[in-house]
Amino acid sequence: MGERVLLKGNEAASEAALIAGCTHYFAYPITPQNEISAYMAKRMPKLNRTFLQAESEIAACNMVYGAAATGARAMTSSSSPGIALKQESFGYIAGAEVPAVVINMMRGGPGLGNISGSQGDYNMCVKGGSNGDFHNLVYAPATVQELADLTLKAFDVAEKYRILTLILGDGYLAQMSEPCVLPEPSGFKAEKPWALTGAEGRPAQVINSLRLADGVLEVHNRHLEEKYKAIEAAEVMFENFHCDDADFVLVTYGTASRVCKAAVMNLRKQGIKAGVFRPITLWPFPSVALAAAVAGKKQVLTVEMSLGQMVADVRLAVNGAVPVDFLGRPGGAVPMVDEVTERVLSYGR
Amino acid sequence: MADKILYTRPDSIRDVKSHYCPGCGHGIVHKLIGECLDEMNCREKTILVAPVGCAVLAYNYIDVDGIEAPHGRAPAVATGVKRAQKDKLVISYQGDGDLLAIGTAETIHAANRGENITVIFINNAIYGMTGGQMAPTTMEGQVTKTTPYGRDVHDVGYPIRACELLNTLVAPYYIERVSVHDVPHIVKAKKAIRRALQNQIDGKGYSFIEVLSMCPTNWGVDAQTGADWVRDVMQPYYPLGVFRDKDAEEASRVQ
Amino acid sequence: MYSEILFAGFGGQGVILAGKILCIAAMHDGKNVSHIPSYGAEMRGGTANCCVVISDGLIASPVTPKYDIAVVMNTPSLLKFESAVRPGGKLLINSSLIDVEPTRTDIEIIKVDANDISEKAGSHKAANMAMLGKLIAVEPELCSPESLYAALDVAISERNRKFNPVNIAVMKIGGGIDV
Repeated sequence: MGERVLLKGNEAASEAALIAGCTHYFAYPITPQNEISAYMAKRMPKLNRTFLQAESEIAACNMVYGAAATGARAMTSSSSPGIALKQESFGYIAGAEVPAVVINMMRGGPGLGNISGSQGDYNMCVKGGSNGDFHNLVYAPATVQELADLTLKAFDVAEKYRILTLILGDGYLAQMSEPCVLPEPSGFKAEKPWALTGAEGRPAQVINSLRLADGVLEVHNRHLEEKYKAIEAAEVMFENFHCDDADFVLVTYGTASRVCKAAVMNLRKQGIKAGVFRPITLWPFPSVALAAAVAGKKQVLTVEMSLGQMVADVRLAVNGAVPVDFLGRPGGAVPMVDEVTERVLSYGR
Repeated sequence: MADKILYTRPDSIRDVKSHYCPGCGHGIVHKLIGECLDEMNCREKTILVAPVGCAVLAYNYIDVDGIEAPHGRAPAVATGVKRAQKDKLVISYQGDGDLLAIGTAETIHAANRGENITVIFINNAIYGMTGGQMAPTTMEGQVTKTTPYGRDVHDVGYPIRACELLNTLVAPYYIERVSVHDVPHIVKAKKAIRRALQNQIDGKGYSFIEVLSMCPTNWGVDAQTGADWVRDVMQPYYPLGVFRDKDAEEASRVQ
Repeated sequence: MYSEILFAGFGGQGVILAGKILCIAAMHDGKNVSHIPSYGAEMRGGTANCCVVISDGLIASPVTPKYDIAVVMNTPSLLKFESAVRPGGKLLINSSLIDVEPTRTDIEIIKVDANDISEKAGSHKAANMAMLGKLIAVEPELCSPESLYAALDVAISERNRKFNPVNIAVMKIGGGIDV
């Protein structure tokens, strides 16, 4: 095992991408993730890899699309307003089935909002954002360690399924430093017969999303559906933190989940049995596991740093079996341990 | 006496029917690219970036690896491809809406980086695929679906000259405007394309070929009238010629 | 233990670095730690601050509106953050630069002549080290002095490591240890 070092989230994600073998990184500056670009600008040329500051968020993501279409491990990173711009290429990448990795260190919105950490992009990133039927595979790390581990994993999974994997962090995770052990390379290698390398000794091939002929697009959509089902079956990740004996289950992700865990420890000290169910993949959403984890509980409380976006998926998963309450802090605020604790206490024993 | 083949389909062009209209210039330019790839023996090392527009299906006709870019993003996609496949011949094939309206930023910045790619720009002064709307290169007074009373330059601005615009940048290696409205010009156009591709192989950097081309269908004219219109109306505003040639600059500097 | 600490001052005083050194030291002692600077627009005005959390267990939020300890190195930081210290908490003041008297009576006020200590030890730049030395003297649970000294070698760039002996001396004097 590697050495435990104090690393800033943005640096840990960058280094994990390098360990994963990311050879091409393209991005446009935006706070609070600028340390990623700075890190890559410094390190990529030394490793004989490509760093390029693009003219726009849109161009950066299309450069990723182009490089990834040749089989390269390519990544871009940004924050909320920049991710909104990148949504265009997300749809093309999904339709053309190119593996790509994108990091979104969410900030407050809508519009320019502010530069604090926030969770207002759940709908944009988890529910699509671009046109058409598609999914991104979305990871929501809660610690710097998990950010590093999931960034590494994101490259493998992207190639395994030829899908865009998105790391959905926030400004706090981006800017905070925590102890972290950098992950080891996984050794995973995907065959890429689809990669554009010039039609030498094989028929020419095309990476595209346009399927105009009668019925062809529906067939392609069905193919994507099958792929998405396979991902739902194999790639769901979640954390069950003291849910088993709990009366109250807090459903929360990313930075908000850290506060909820502290609240659970507080509550347990007071003899209140609470737990945290934390989706780590937001798509695929751990609906089945969540339904099982909350079965027979008194109350579910969803806590987000937003006005309530994931809570819709929680309600669908719980399906009325248990009442679902919501506590949200939008605009770059972090919920306080006390306010979460008090909300749970308000349900009575 | 054995038959002598005087004319044939280039090997780099697939034996399929195209969807292009009669009198359209795309087919001509595709063929020129195909001939160049044959002559340069480069078909198997070419990656074509197709735009959004009439040429979106270019990879169905030119028998090379292809990728389809979002509208206007072809130079960015080409940048990604080229940076990952440095020894391949990367061609960004774009129309006027793609290159000069929605993709202006990508166009200028790929050129400004001196990206070692070849951009083939088809300027036919109109949006073809969507049915004839005003393009950034639509002529003053030209009637289109969205300028039914003629392009009013005081309202929507003047047609943009791509070669002249890009020629203000330091990095581009080669910039030329050609036309495909008649055979002598088609021959010249091929030479320009060949030159632009060779520049890339030689690692010289960004080459840009603007091709004045016909869209008789959306101009509402027959094929010959379309070709004449390129000559009589477009060429005076979009002068043909070499705008940038760093080889020539170097040669004259040495002299 | 669960301790939320603010370091605040103006740019160049090394408040972000001070937080980082403390984190590395506490991490070395087996604690969980988090460090987050104020960033973006806030940092353009010439003020800088960071929030450090040190815990035996999980760390909840890396940011907090209230602190157990605030280390303030200039007057604007005192004015801004005095009210953010929890009742019963500690406020460490760089009395070399701050001539305003804090008004709180429900917290412990600790004055450190940080710049003077630094100057006397032979450095113009080590006031932050004096504050750190005092901090762990009044709050020994945070980390051991040895870990704090050792953290300098990790936190400080190679170019500036030659100043570490002076930094350590300033830390010791700040903490009331004879050197």
